[in-house]
Amino acid sequence: MSQKLKILERDPQIRKNDFEQVSAGYTNCEMLAESKRCLQCKKPTCISGCPVEVNIPGFIKHLCENNPKKAIEILNQKNNLPAVCGRVCPQENQCEKMCVLAKKGESISIGNLERYAADIIVKNDIDDDDDEVIEKNNIKVAVIGSGPAGLTCGGDLLKMGYDVTIYESLHDTGGVLRYGIPEFRLPKKILNKEIDKLKKMGMKIILNTLVGRTKTVQELIDNGYKAIFVAVGAGLPVFLGIPGENLNHIYCSNEFLVRVNLMRAFNFPDYDTPVHRGKHVVVVGGGNTGMDSARTAIRLGAETVKLIYRRSESEMPARKEERIHAREEGVEFIPLTNPVRFIGDERKFVRAVECIKMELGEYNNSGRRHPNEIAGSNYIIETDMVILALGLHPNPILPTLTKGLNTDDRGYLLIDDNYMTSIRGVFAGGDIVGGSTVIEAMGMGKRAAKAIIKYLGQE
Amino acid sequence: MYKIVKKNEIGLRVHSYEIYAPEVAKSAKAGQFVILRIDDKGERIPLTISGVSCQESLVRIIFQEIGKSTSQLALLNEGDYIKDFAGPLGHPAEVKKYGTVVAVAGGVGAAEVLPIIKGFKKIGNKIVTILGARNKDLIILEDELKQESDTLFFVTNDGTYGTKGIVTDVLKDVMDKENINLVYTIGPIQMMKSVAELTKGKCIKTIASLNPIMLDGTGMCGACRVTVDGKIKFACVDGPEFDAHTLQWAELVSRQNLFKNLEKISLDNFRCNGNCKCHKN
Repeated sequence: MSQKLKILERDPQIRKNDFEQVSAGYTNCEMLAESKRCLQCKKPTCISGCPVEVNIPGFIKHLCENNPKKAIEILNQKNNLPAVCGRVCPQENQCEKMCVLAKKGESISIGNLERYAADIIVKNDIDDDDDEVIEKNNIKVAVIGSGPAGLTCGGDLLKMGYDVTIYESLHDTGGVLRYGIPEFRLPKKILNKEIDKLKKMGMKIILNTLVGRTKTVQELIDNGYKAIFVAVGAGLPVFLGIPGENLNHIYCSNEFLVRVNLMRAFNFPDYDTPVHRGKHVVVVGGGNTGMDSARTAIRLGAETVKLIYRRSESEMPARKEERIHAREEGVEFIPLTNPVRFIGDERKFVRAVECIKMELGEYNNSGRRHPNEIAGSNYIIETDMVILALGLHPNPILPTLTKGLNTDDRGYLLIDDNYMTSIRGVFAGGDIVGGSTVIEAMGMGKRAAKAIIKYLGQE
Repeated sequence: MYKIVKKNEIGLRVHSYEIYAPEVAKSAKAGQFVILRIDDKGERIPLTISGVSCQESLVRIIFQEIGKSTSQLALLNEGDYIKDFAGPLGHPAEVKKYGTVVAVAGGVGAAEVLPIIKGFKKIGNKIVTILGARNKDLIILEDELKQESDTLFFVTNDGTYGTKGIVTDVLKDVMDKENINLVYTIGPIQMMKSVAELTKGKCIKTIASLNPIMLDGTGMCGACRVTVDGKIKFACVDGPEFDAHTLQWAELVSRQNLFKNLEKISLDNFRCNGNCKCHKN
């Protein structure tokens, strides 16, 4: 069988009305069938595609034997967040791309198998606590930010016996996993379970603490933390810099998604935080955040959602799967188009976007073709809500308030080959050093943990 | 969880809370704010820090019952707990020696301006404070403001206390009589806008401390964006203080109306559930 076992997905016409997942995941039978496709290569290539080097054939072997508990043990050796990764990793560009079977037909569905192993533990409440007692070394390490980089680094240090405290500026944990990724892609119950597991292992998490403001990096050092890992994520949203951008009902994707995901505004007024439910929504940007925003707008009752992107669809950074899901749910893609200005009504609420058509020119430094405006091709799209998903600049709070912490000219923290910043003992990883995906951040967290252990061993 | 240690009603539906928050108390400076959340379903509410008692680890906040969340907050009592209390956020006020500083505050802006004038006075500025309110019942902190001001004027719209009129009437008089080095304004946007328009004509440096719609308060969401000198700035990380003469006031006014309808729904819903004081007893 050279074909992947397709995962059963819910009817788009039904799922677009709720925040439940697109798919319930493999059934036991499906899992067994799919895991048996794995060739159990002697020299597996898939592992080289995984930023955190999960022993992929190893965990699949246990699944083959219908032993998810053993499978999760293997996964947890390298990955503190398997249920998250099984869902949001771009496997098609990583492990699955490197799978030997991909050359002959279709790769193993590694992501779905990983998800199965992680979910069944949660669903059946299987006790997957490591019986191995961790020997504590009482060396204090602080992690700043509880997103994917921070949780991974902190988790790895914890397993090695370090006394880890995570400081989080928001009122809840998870960073982008909670405020950014919608419920239908990553149920918060799953996220909570994975974080609870780290807490049970002894991870301390202190919320409502904006390091830089509430306490400084120097204070952390003075409080006895021997190493600090900065994983504060990317902070400031990017705007287009075109007229009308501050009209009402023009949101950046972060605001829209934080309202809905973190603050549960879809349950307004039961929950206090409001969100505008646009009828004719325009989303700008072709990344995963653009897709998440568009699909969330549909779930909040939008009649039309148009997604504008300045290049062609094949250049969109969003995962193929997300693009397919978005389209199935009714998102209309308008590629090769860029907004030039927003037009408001007399009360300063947005009512239209003036766009211009684009064509692709020469290849530029980023390896993509540069989009150029087609003169005179301007046209108007009527709208009552615009969501800008254009990416983020690094948050300046911690770097500017920490003396001696150097950044590049764009504001990203500078690190050496060992993830150490310009301050000795202070390390950094994830989006604040220029990462862009959850798994990239996790990979950096993992490698930083190794570097921190090495550093503390030498001290 | 953060305990409400002291509670006072200092004006009509205006409350002063002192919250036990050692980490915030230790780091807070004049002009900074906190974001609090009452409970698990609560929204993130930005409130300016009105004072700190370092020894007791207390942070003072003052708010007026306006919408759903402030009405709900007002129902809490001494000994009750608030779920989340994060801060201090934003840049501290830039407290420098100017000479004569005129502080123009409106409504609960009195609470927000108090630590500012305290700071300015301490380093030797002459302080003229103008406090405006709709009526006498909304005049707050009279004694405390008096203590930190060399001169203190009251203005009420209905004339029930101090001068009848609006703050700019008194500001005009002060501008005629005094050589002003700085005007610092905090309060309702329309009031700050009028102050800025008045002082711009006379080229008097004017700082406004803004309180726009915010969500995370750490620069992440862009909800609090304002245009200053033609550029987008975020009140939470770049502010809350801005040059009042280069700020685009009209935009701020319209952005403040963003959720008016939804805010009303939320408040009505809250009242219907018997949560408002007038339905209690």
